[in-house]
Amino acid sequence: MAISGLMPDYLVTRLDHVANLVRKHSLWPMPFATACCGIELMATAASRYDIARFGSEAMRFSPRQCDLMIVAGRVVMKMVPVMQRIWLQMPEPKWCISMGACASSGGVFDTYCTVQGIDRFIPVDVYVPGCPPRPEQLIRAVLDIQEKISRTGTMDAREFAARSSYEGPTSLAKELSPEEAIVAPGDYRTATRLRMPLN
Amino acid sequence: MTYIDTLNARFSGAFAISAFRGQNRVSIDAHKAPVVLFDMLKCLKMDCGFDFLCDIAGIDYLNYPNAADRYGVVYALVNTTTGERLFVRAFANDPEPELPSVMALWQGANWMEREVFDMFGIRFDGHPDLRRILMPSEFTAFPLRKDYPLRGYGERHNFQTITRSES
Repeated sequence: MAISGLMPDYLVTRLDHVANLVRKHSLWPMPFATACCGIELMATAASRYDIARFGSEAMRFSPRQCDLMIVAGRVVMKMVPVMQRIWLQMPEPKWCISMGACASSGGVFDTYCTVQGIDRFIPVDVYVPGCPPRPEQLIRAVLDIQEKISRTGTMDAREFAARSSYEGPTSLAKELSPEEAIVAPGDYRTATRLRMPLN
Repeated sequence: MTYIDTLNARFSGAFAISAFRGQNRVSIDAHKAPVVLFDMLKCLKMDCGFDFLCDIAGIDYLNYPNAADRYGVVYALVNTTTGERLFVRAFANDPEPELPSVMALWQGANWMEREVFDMFGIRFDGHPDLRRILMPSEFTAFPLRKDYPLRGYGERHNFQTITRSES
């Protein structure tokens, strides 16, 4: 009671700062786990490594409730429209961790069906190397996201508006000659896959 | 009377038989396979006890030494009474490799034939729903053919990219 007489019971700060403080300590991950990295993701959430210490233990399997997508594992081209659709379904503000060698670069799977890094199709904030990464590395990635939020975050998420250009590596598809390339687009806005004409 | 005798009696001259590590393999040439294959598998199922179709696998023999036909489709049969196994290999050739569907004998051949079609482009006559099963439906090539490049023709990079500001 004595202290309330000495200090004011209000605090002057920036709204952005408060928003960042709150957001970064309650990241809700969307576990997009497609391969063995998903096992490490589960281990990170389990009691031994306990990602709850950093406030992101609330994994939700509905993208509508999440703000941190963790892509753990290889992604094949059939999965890309699904991944993009899930990413678009997540509410703002949201961030993305590319976990493991396969999600970041395709890893050893340089084959006809595996995409060479998810950053070719969705924006990625933090990459985690490793095959699979240790849970400590994933916790480090969450801490990096927290630092990124506290440095760049804004109350109304206007920092994302500046990221209007493609952030991934140079497209491998451009290395192919036009007559050799086959265009097979997936349309995430209407459906997960393009509909084939009936007959 | 073993199944080899039965096959010899009914399909004499239509197939070749060889053994590898105690297991028999039956081969049917490409020009005989469309006619003989279904009847032979039916005979093996109904009369010889090979009642279980374990697997269907495709092979591309392009640039393979001493290969006469390009594609091979291997039917792995099991006799569930004796545990005996038999591999029946039917060949097919370009430009339109085609074999009869065995779905009338084993319903489980449905997805296996779709997989062989997806990967090798071998069509199965009489299959009710011959669509791609592993690759996306708009995929145009057959990726396990030997003349298809390992890294593909760039299909995997032809999706729309989402930037951060628009998502």
